[in-house]
Amino acid sequence: MSAAATEVPARGSRVRTPAVDPASAVARARPHISPVEAISQTFSMAWRALKKMRRNPEQFFDVTLQPLLFTAMFAYIFGGAISGNVKSYLPLLIPGIVAQTVLTTCMATGVQLREDMEKGVFDRFKALPIARIAPLAGPMVADLVRYLIAATLTFVMGVIIGYRPGGGPLGVLGAIALAIFTGWALAWIFTWIGTIARNARSVQGISMLILFPLTFLSNAFVPIHTLPSALADFVRVNPVSHLVSAARDLANLGVISGEVGWTLLAGLVVIAIFAPLSVYSYRRHL
Amino acid sequence: MTTAASVSATGLVKTFGGLRAVDGIDLEVRQGEIFGVLGPNGAGKTTMLRMLATLLPIDAGQARVFGVDVTTEPHRVRQLVGVTGQYASVDEDLTATENLWLFGRLQGLRSADARATARGLLSQFGLEEAANRPISQFSGGMRRRLDLAASLITRPPLIFLDEPTTGLDPRTRGQMWDTIRGLVADGCTIMLTTQYLDEADQLADRVAVIDHGRKVAEGTPDELKTSVGNSTLQLELAAGVDQDLARQVVQRVAGREPVLTPESGRMNVPLETADAAADVLIGLRQAGVAISAVSVAKPTLDEVFLTLTGHDAGDAGQPARSSHDEALLEVR
Ligand SMILES: Nc1ncnc2c1ncn2[C@@H]1O[C@H](COP(=O)(O)OP(=O)(O)OP(=O)(O)O)[C@@H](O)[C@H]1O
Ligand SMILES: [Mg+2]
Repeated sequence: MSAAATEVPARGSRVRTPAVDPASAVARARPHISPVEAISQTFSMAWRALKKMRRNPEQFFDVTLQPLLFTAMFAYIFGGAISGNVKSYLPLLIPGIVAQTVLTTCMATGVQLREDMEKGVFDRFKALPIARIAPLAGPMVADLVRYLIAATLTFVMGVIIGYRPGGGPLGVLGAIALAIFTGWALAWIFTWIGTIARNARSVQGISMLILFPLTFLSNAFVPIHTLPSALADFVRVNPVSHLVSAARDLANLGVISGEVGWTLLAGLVVIAIFAPLSVYSYRRHL
Repeated sequence: MTTAASVSATGLVKTFGGLRAVDGIDLEVRQGEIFGVLGPNGAGKTTMLRMLATLLPIDAGQARVFGVDVTTEPHRVRQLVGVTGQYASVDEDLTATENLWLFGRLQGLRSADARATARGLLSQFGLEEAANRPISQFSGGMRRRLDLAASLITRPPLIFLDEPTTGLDPRTRGQMWDTIRGLVADGCTIMLTTQYLDEADQLADRVAVIDHGRKVAEGTPDELKTSVGNSTLQLELAAGVDQDLARQVVQRVAGREPVLTPESGRMNVPLETADAAADVLIGLRQAGVAISAVSVAKPTLDEVFLTLTGHDAGDAGQPARSSHDEALLEVR
């Protein structure tokens, strides 16, 4: 067609592949993404996140060190004061630490997403014909590994210092599964913050502001009846308290109590609100 | 071939705060051509390309890609274009193969197909040896090539290239040009931006010159060049030389009227090609005209702008300025 095109040199001809036909490409271009495609794209993005985790093992510091250190520290510092001795504090403490570490892990989700989004490769993700939710949900799927590590290590550490869960292995597995689900659900809040904040630093700042009241104003470390009444009211409605209570019921008693239901419901509500919000702000903001 | 243009845009506008980065641009890119967008730093090239590639919302105006509206059907447009941005858009933590595999998977290729496509593209771009190295160890030129390869996975009919050769050495740049021509030979349409007049000249079938978000000229490189002149021979005649004779010789040999500054004995000769300088010098020698200094200068982007817009592009960046600018300015 053009002068330039006719004088293609040797290298150009080596590159020869089937000719491109715009008309058929236009005919093939579909207007929407099917849910199956969206899920497959999410898993591709999860694969990418897992690869990155493996290449940057320092990302696992928080999910390994925090459960180990916090479990031992809280047990020996507060054990005597709250429950008389360390061993009787553990059934109260361990599910609390599980909730706390899983929540801290969620926060990292938002910060890392934001850092990632500032990289050039996100431009390509935006330019590709893929579901807008895939780049957000992919890393979150990969983060399930982190929640699993955090929750499991907390129980392991607890057992090492003398925790004997009354709910047996099944109860403990149930508690871990519930913690992972809740962590994953709450992570959508931090993902949303990741898409609206100006930079990774501010994601960190805002997330801390949310995280601290959620974890410390809960029944994670102290029994509710020891709290002043105004505080106790907040602690009672805090979804983290429900998670902690549910995890205690599962791990210590082996029962699926109403708290489990409330926790699942709270998680679903959070996803229903924050997943669409995240996609919306990712789509228009960036 | 359908009749729809590859890109047709009317009245494109993008504002950032008070700044109109793209300020009412109309464009028509025909199928199968290389369309160059030429402009200095901050002209709005990247902004325009990003709007066309669905990466930035269009504030006003309309754009269609092969007849598909960019604003209302972005998902379809994304299936038709490959985008290679100004800055590398590949994943630094993954290897070259992993990058291409991932982009293939995301676009619906099966795992084995994605791997085969990745292998094919890596060998096409001379990156086989680096296939399993992380991108963080790649040189700038390798990154650029991988970036282009990543845009070709589904063989889109339209490819946007934002400054594809900025920062490449001359050899790599030549290879990139060949690759781009090869794509066009396969039936692709290319829209690329550049800051180099030379590149637009070598590569593009048609060029739009933009400045401060507006299109100031459009045409074939030849049309642009004739408006600017390709290069200029600058002569300083020795003292006491017959300047009129010199002028006549130049006119005869170069077929152009030189611009003479009689007081300083300086003479500027616009040339089609730099080679013609030799003919002029030989002609002068044969006529016995003595010369005390000679130089040849290429027109810079500045001069294109000076000619086309009547103002200097310098405030927006630092386009290549030759030391002969002053002499050249006298020509205008
Ligand atoms: N996201 C943004 N927010 C605010 N201003 C922006 C943004 N992107 C670009 N601009 C401004 O818009 C103008 C055009 O920028 P653009 O990147 O399109 O120029 P360009 O022609 O690609 O320049 P270069 O040759 O340097 O790449 C510049 O003045 C730039 O500062
Ligand atoms: Mg640019």
